[in-house]
Amino acid sequence: MSAPARTVAAPVGSVRRAQVMGIFFLLVAALVLIAFGIGSHSGLQSRLGLSPARGETFFRFPDLVVPSRGTSMLIAAVCGFLGGVQLTRGFGRRTTLVLGIVMLLFVFAFLTWAARDRSLSLLGMLQSTVLRSVPITFGALSGVLCERSGVINIGIEGMLLSGAFTGAVVGSITDSLWVGLLAGAIIGGLIAWLLAVLAIRYLVDQIVAGTVINILALGLTSFLTDQFLQRNQELNNPGRFQNIQIPLLSKIPLIGPIMFDNNIFVYLMFLLVILIYVGLFYTRWGLRVRAVGEHPRAADTVGIRVLFTRYRNVILGGIVAGVGGAYFTLGAVGRFEEGMTAGRGYIGLAAMIFGRWNPIGALGAALIFGFADSLQVKLNILQVGIPSEFLAMAPYLVTLFIVAGAAARIRPPAADGKPYIKE
Amino acid sequence: MSDSAGPPSEELEEPLPEEIQPTTTLASEIAGPGKASWRQRALLPALAIFTALVLGGLIIIFSNQESLDAWKRVFSDPVEALSVSWRVVRDAYYALFSGALGSPSRLARAFGSGDIDQIRGALFPLSETIVTATPLIFVGLSVALGFRAGLFNIGAEGQMTAGAIVAAAAGISFGWLPGPIHLVFMVLAGFAGGALWGAIPGVLKAKTGAHEVITTIMLNFVAISLTLYLLSVAPFKQQAEPISKPVKVTFPHLFGANLRVHLGIFLALVVAFLVAWLLNRTTIGFEFRAVGANPAAARAAGMNPTRTTILVMTLAGGLAGLAGANQLASITPSLIPGFASGLGFDAIALALLGRGTPTGVVAAAFMFGVLRAGGRTMQATTQTPIDIIVVIQALVIVFVAAPALVRAIYRIRARGVTGPQTFAKGWGG
Repeated sequence: MSAPARTVAAPVGSVRRAQVMGIFFLLVAALVLIAFGIGSHSGLQSRLGLSPARGETFFRFPDLVVPSRGTSMLIAAVCGFLGGVQLTRGFGRRTTLVLGIVMLLFVFAFLTWAARDRSLSLLGMLQSTVLRSVPITFGALSGVLCERSGVINIGIEGMLLSGAFTGAVVGSITDSLWVGLLAGAIIGGLIAWLLAVLAIRYLVDQIVAGTVINILALGLTSFLTDQFLQRNQELNNPGRFQNIQIPLLSKIPLIGPIMFDNNIFVYLMFLLVILIYVGLFYTRWGLRVRAVGEHPRAADTVGIRVLFTRYRNVILGGIVAGVGGAYFTLGAVGRFEEGMTAGRGYIGLAAMIFGRWNPIGALGAALIFGFADSLQVKLNILQVGIPSEFLAMAPYLVTLFIVAGAAARIRPPAADGKPYIKE
Repeated sequence: MSDSAGPPSEELEEPLPEEIQPTTTLASEIAGPGKASWRQRALLPALAIFTALVLGGLIIIFSNQESLDAWKRVFSDPVEALSVSWRVVRDAYYALFSGALGSPSRLARAFGSGDIDQIRGALFPLSETIVTATPLIFVGLSVALGFRAGLFNIGAEGQMTAGAIVAAAAGISFGWLPGPIHLVFMVLAGFAGGALWGAIPGVLKAKTGAHEVITTIMLNFVAISLTLYLLSVAPFKQQAEPISKPVKVTFPHLFGANLRVHLGIFLALVVAFLVAWLLNRTTIGFEFRAVGANPAAARAAGMNPTRTTILVMTLAGGLAGLAGANQLASITPSLIPGFASGLGFDAIALALLGRGTPTGVVAAAFMFGVLRAGGRTMQATTQTPIDIIVVIQALVIVFVAAPALVRAIYRIRARGVTGPQTFAKGWGG
């Protein structure tokens, strides 16, 4: 779209968007009222657990026990009120925030409905949310590193898969999880180097190059699994990293079990988010990277080595994705299975886009996907009457909606995906 | 763009003016310079395939127990290591090609004897290759059509699945229709199902700017889950099996019951011809190519890229859906989990290898048919896992997508303009 057309259309568009939002809030209210409020019998109670089944914290939160029907009615009323205000007065710039609140309320109403007359460990769900967002966050961070320097990385899925495979095999052979993790990081970096050579040196279309990497990784890991791992199971039995409880911090109720009683990957994830955020926005390195991603010609003029910066960032991104891949085998499952990443790399890309190419935003988006994923597993166990196949669609549908909803208002680095040729 | 969302603090306030897209797009690059001769155009793909086969051979050597054992003794007996390696690769590739095209000696004997049954027997591998290539033509055309309009459709797998779902519903029910009409109805249903699944990312891209690479991938997963669900309900469910009831109509075989080659290949070739006609001889096709080459210029010329995007994705989805109907009417009469597994990625390879042209896609599909059908024989006779075929295919795409890489390997000088291949237009659309 051309820029002038958009500027003219903006006020009209935002008025319409405000109205659409208002109607959307009212629809959510109606849905909550009909499906969750009237849908559950009066007198039933929902129990949402907030304390770990095992382990000690400084004090135990009592379980949250709420009337199933009343809660939904209340939430429906609040959503309806917000919708009414939005339609009459409008929240203006705070609309996005209100949208977030409405979605949170909706999810809470859904949970109380799903947990009617039984108990559901909310804490357990939040714990698995963090775990399930780990590979997505690593993928998104990899994307942030690459794309801030102007190289689109669709190959994250392949890097995750290779990291998972290499981590499992090397971890098994050397009998050391740490060596496995290191090997996963190295293979991620190597594959990223391949992507960089194809994209930067040979000017291959970056999306095609990334897709090729995904196909190559899927084919090679499946081939090697069939050829070696099936027959030699000892090559595919690396074990898993144990949880490390951070002293004191892990004893904080609610936050402790979620944040500070995890395996090394979760801590690495938080560390990387902070490192990359500070690195990108508060250091000379980050300024140069962003300059290369926004306007490589200008960056080149002032003496920044554009191609070198891109090579370095893509390889760094590959290392991050490789570590994220190792999470599948060394942090979660304990063995490699063909195609085990199941699209998490692409979801990571979506998280990067929704998080606006910002590490903290990416983490937030990944947590949303992780929540959708853990919700799907939990509801499957609870048997709420939704077929499991539909629940399994949840993370993908959430990605679809979020990408569709966010795409119009995002702005990628200006030189993202455009090869640079020095004049 | 700069409305209600609030300014991202760390970013520049005004978007920089979008640079004019380089005119050499992947589409025009893969279409090739018009005047180049057939041999010149086929040179790079041929070298790409050759290089991929060489690398695939290396992988076979280092994944084969026998040759690995020989290589462990390389310092005491290097000749042995080399000869074992040569034999392992030769056996694997001989099994591959004779399993796909027929063994030369048997073909010669059959044609020498003139006995029709013997000839049919000797042609059996070729028939299998064509049967394997048929769905590949449809999905390859699906991705190629997208390429020409600047869209990267990685969703052929989901679209094929959606097409198969609708086609299976049509093929399982409506048994009262007369056979040929039922068959046509089922094929059209497949097209419609795929078209619907393709239209979703098309509309999303046109209306919201959501990038088709992500939306189509997500819809692939949704289609797979949807298949699993449908297999447990009417009208698909069949006792406890995770496989649907078979459809009631099939394509007639072309050369007798023993050879599985069926009417589908005829349909595939007709569709390929129609796509070529659409792209090269109609106004709509011109708009597709114009939008693919330069959306801004196309808009300035009064074309409507929004409508084109939706139309292209719908048609591309429909083509992939035809592949689903084709499989149901021939070798996979029931809907099964993983119905279209892996075909979406094959489709990308085919479209790249065929340089986005229908003729190229048909040729590439035949080659992949050779690799696939022969791969099964190779796995059976030499225990080389068929997954090596996927690796070889991926290597083929690497080399086809990076002509500069092949030129560098074989020291071929580039002819004409070789600007950057721009095809990814970033995330915003």
